Order: sequence, then C-alpha cells, then structure tokens
Amino acid sequence: MTQTDSLDDLRDLYQDVILDHSRRPRHAQRLEAFDATAKGDNPMCGDRVQVWVKYDGDTVGRVGFEARGCAISVASADLMAETVQGRGKADTKALFEAFRTLARTGACPDCGQALAEPLERLAPLAGVHEYPSRVKCATLPWHALIAALDGTKEASSE
Amino acid sequence: MNVAINPATLDIERIRADFPILTQTVRGKPLVFLDSAASAQKPRVVIDAMVNAMETQYANVHRGLHWMSERTTEAYEAARDAAAALMNANDRSEIVITGNSTGSMNLLAHSYGRGVLKPGQAVLISGMEHHSNIVPWQMLRDAHGIELRVAPITDAGELDMAAFEALLEDGKVGLVAITHMSNVLGTVTPAERIVSLAHAHGAKVMFDGSQAIVHRKIDVQALGADFYAWTGHKLYGPTGIGILWGRKELLEQMPPFFGGGDMISSVTYKKSTWAAVPHKFEAGTPAILEGIGLKAAIDYVQSIGYEAMAAHEASLTEHALARLSKIPDLRIIGQAQDRGGVISFVLGKAHAHDVATLLDRQGIAVRAGHHCAEPLMHRLGLDSTARASFGVYTTHNEIDALADGLVRVREFFG
Repeated sequence: MTQTDSLDDLRDLYQDVILDHSRRPRHAQRLEAFDATAKGDNPMCGDRVQVWVKYDGDTVGRVGFEARGCAISVASADLMAETVQGRGKADTKALFEAFRTLARTGACPDCGQALAEPLERLAPLAGVHEYPSRVKCATLPWHALIAALDGTKEASSE
Repeated sequence: MNVAINPATLDIERIRADFPILTQTVRGKPLVFLDSAASAQKPRVVIDAMVNAMETQYANVHRGLHWMSERTTEAYEAARDAAAALMNANDRSEIVITGNSTGSMNLLAHSYGRGVLKPGQAVLISGMEHHSNIVPWQMLRDAHGIELRVAPITDAGELDMAAFEALLEDGKVGLVAITHMSNVLGTVTPAERIVSLAHAHGAKVMFDGSQAIVHRKIDVQALGADFYAWTGHKLYGPTGIGILWGRKELLEQMPPFFGGGDMISSVTYKKSTWAAVPHKFEAGTPAILEGIGLKAAIDYVQSIGYEAMAAHEASLTEHALARLSKIPDLRIIGQAQDRGGVISFVLGKAHAHDVATLLDRQGIAVRAGHHCAEPLMHRLGLDSTARASFGVYTTHNEIDALADGLVRVREFFG
C-alpha cells in the first residue's frame, strides 16, 4: 500500500465535510447558559450524546453538544447544531423528519422548497442510507435535540 | 514468519469450495468474511441436509406413528448423538437441546439456579463474560437471593487465578459460570485448573463454550466440567439450536424450565410428572430442521478434524497478530498467552464503527461495538473495539487484505 493509493472508494460515506466536522466540530461544547438539555443513547453501539439548547425568543438560538461516538454521529451533531440555529420548534421538527428520510433513503423528494436549503447543508450525510446500521449514528443527535425541545430527558435512536 | 500449514491436514481451497457464500462479492469486492465469531457461514452439506429434509422427509418428531415422523425423529435425534460424541459426553441423555447458548445458560440459571442452588449461595463469573453469561445470573440474584461474584481479569486479558481462588475460599460459591474462550479477547481460560479449584471448594462448573467449541476439541469428561453450553450457528450449523450438556445426576436434580408437550410423562389437572432427562427440558416442538442441520455441521467438523482446524487457526492467528502489530497506532486488545482466532483492536482515535464501515467498503466484514460484553469494555476503558475473527475457511490472504485495508483506513483518517 503506497501513499499514492487512491482512497476515493472510501469517500462515498466519509465525505470531506464529514471528516472535517468530526475532527473539528464547531459546536461540541456544553452551553453554560441553556434552556433545555437531553441525552441520546444508542445502546446497540454505545454512542452517547448530550445536547444543550439556548432559545432566542421562539427560535433555537444556539445548540451545543458533547458526543462520544463515531465520526458520523459527531459530524451529524455538528451539522445539526449549525443548521437548526434560528429555526422555530415546529420547523426544527419538520427538518428532523426530512433529515431522517434523507438518511434512510438518500433523498427527500417530497420535502418541499422550504426545507431545500437546510437539507442541502445536511446532504453530505445522505450516504449513510447505503449503510443501514449507521443511519442511527446520524439520527441520534437529532433524537436528543427533539427530546430537549419536547422537555424529555432521554432519547434513544430508533 | 511461519505461515505454512500442512496441506495434508487442511485443504483450504477444498474447504472454501464447501461454502457457497464465499464466492459472493460485497460492494463490488470479493467477500472477506472475518466475523465468524458472531456467526459462521454454512457449508453446502448443512444447507443440503435442511433442504433435503423439507423436500423428502419431514414431519413432527417424537409423537407420530407414521413413517415420516419416525424417519424425521431419527434424523433429528441423530443431532443428539453427534453432539454427545463431539463433546465426549458419557451418555446421549446428557445432551439437552436448546435454542442457542443464551437459551442453555438461561435454562441452567433458572432450573439449576432456582431448583438446586440455595439463597445465600453464590455464582462466580469472570470479568470477560458475554452478557448472556451475566444477565441470567443477575436475574437469579434478584429473584432468588443468590450472590453474584465476578473474578477479575489481568491487564493482559487473562483470568486472575489468585483472585479467582480467593473468591471461592469461603465455600459459598455453588456454581462457577465462566467462558471457555472470550468472544472479545480471544483468551482461552484454563479450564482444567478452573474445574479443580472449583471442585476443591465445593462448586460446580459451567463453561460457556460458544467460542471454544469452534476452535478446540472439547472433551467434557477430560475437563471434568459439570455443564457446558454452546450454540450451533457458530459451529457452521444453523441458527436456533444450541446445546446444554450436563452431568446426568445434576440434570436429574434440576426441575424443568419450560412446561408443555414433549417434556411430560403424564398430565392430569391435579398433577403432572416429568419425562426423563433430557426430554424434561425440551418442551414443545423442537427446532427439527435445525437439529438435522446441526448434525450435518458436526459431521462436517468431524470430517475435517479439530487437530487440523486448530492448527489452521493457530497459523492464522499468528499471522494476523504479526501483520496487525506492524500497523502504526493499532492496538491489539488482549494479550493472553493461550488464545484463539478472535482479535479485537482499536486504531488510533478512529471509532470502531468507522473502522468497520471503511473496511466493509472494501468488502471486509468485521464486527465493531461492545460485543455484548459491556462490563469488559469498562474494565478495558473502551467504548468499543473492532474485532476480526476467523473460521475454518479463513485464508492468510484474507488477513493480508484486512491489514492492507486497515493501513488504508488509517491513511484515510490521517
């Protein structure tokens, strides 16, 4: 195996965006001041995440997280934190449903124009649909976020 | 590095030809299946035996007076004879057919645990057990007032024998329930020593042989064991069938676990009486086709011979340890002297799931996670490991593919 060996075949799931966000997550921190928090736990694979939310009026002002898990779950948590900022609760939940479809099927053709822009930002994770056992890695932080928004303390991935 | 195996004892190409699935490609790459410790692939003889039974000779067992039932009963019961011979059981009636190792250990925990062990007695397990040899004893502890003790392991991943013996010393341990080979570390436990210490302190011994029976000739009489549990699907047989071997006099002391058809001698509304062992533990229509498949699997294993299988595995393990230990940042988890072909590892800071997925992308199947052994993971200070495990059909080239694949994964994560 040489340094010139192409690693392109490994990039369908692990795109540069995912590697970048998993190595250098921007939102991987506990918020000192927060309005809601919840943990997510995937007992089958041992991934754990906690999400903190600070509201800004009716919208999600800021999201921070701590994750112990794979590159997919960390990158997903980070992209989630980035994408939901400034969105209302209902809007965030709709985005989660759309993202779940994206992660399971690779696309969300019926998701509508309103979600097109945020979904585009989450699109690097669409590759997980080829790896069904990894879908829950991508959705776990979202389950924790929704649990926080709903005021429940624990969430587990489906 | 000596990777030669004696071609006279194990013809790997012939063996691979026995397993139809090995010609499959995965994600466009030839399948490199290194997850046999989770479940092994099936040889043609097992597949054919099960299909043939369904096509030519099938009815319910133990009750029919007609030709089909009698032939099917014979074919199914042949699994019991084959299992008895495989383990050198003293008598075929010592072979209880269950659903899997988990079923075997739950039967033992329920029946021996509640029927023979007394509140205040203890069950001693080790720090490297699969959940299936932890949770049934916890349930027994909580329901029946049995103490659960855990013998620690050393940093090398071996049983701490001094601590093990110390835990036996007060004479309260009624049963030692311990793995014969760790599904995470590959460690083979010193079974004879365990038995002699346990017996000296008045405890019976059950081995979880789920992994060991795939790799070693098990002679329960030579081991001096009291119970031995294993499962068919790791030994190239079908899922849904397992074995609990027990000494006859112990099985006879134990009350039934499941009640129903097949396990009774007579039934009235007032009182029922039980069938003789092993049938009193086998309520309901059994896994008939799986029994027939298991018989074929045992015959297959016997035709190759444990000596050849063990030599092949030792050679594969040596080769794998040599190749993997040369990969920078790769840490092999478990350094036991006596070990089998199950190797756990972590690669730098990469999460085991990412490693497994990136290997899968190259057609290489390994397991990643806590391997149903969370307390062991805590002991090791890890959340998860990746694990490569070998079967009779595994080749040295496949181990090279694993090592090369891991080099690429490391390079990929930078």
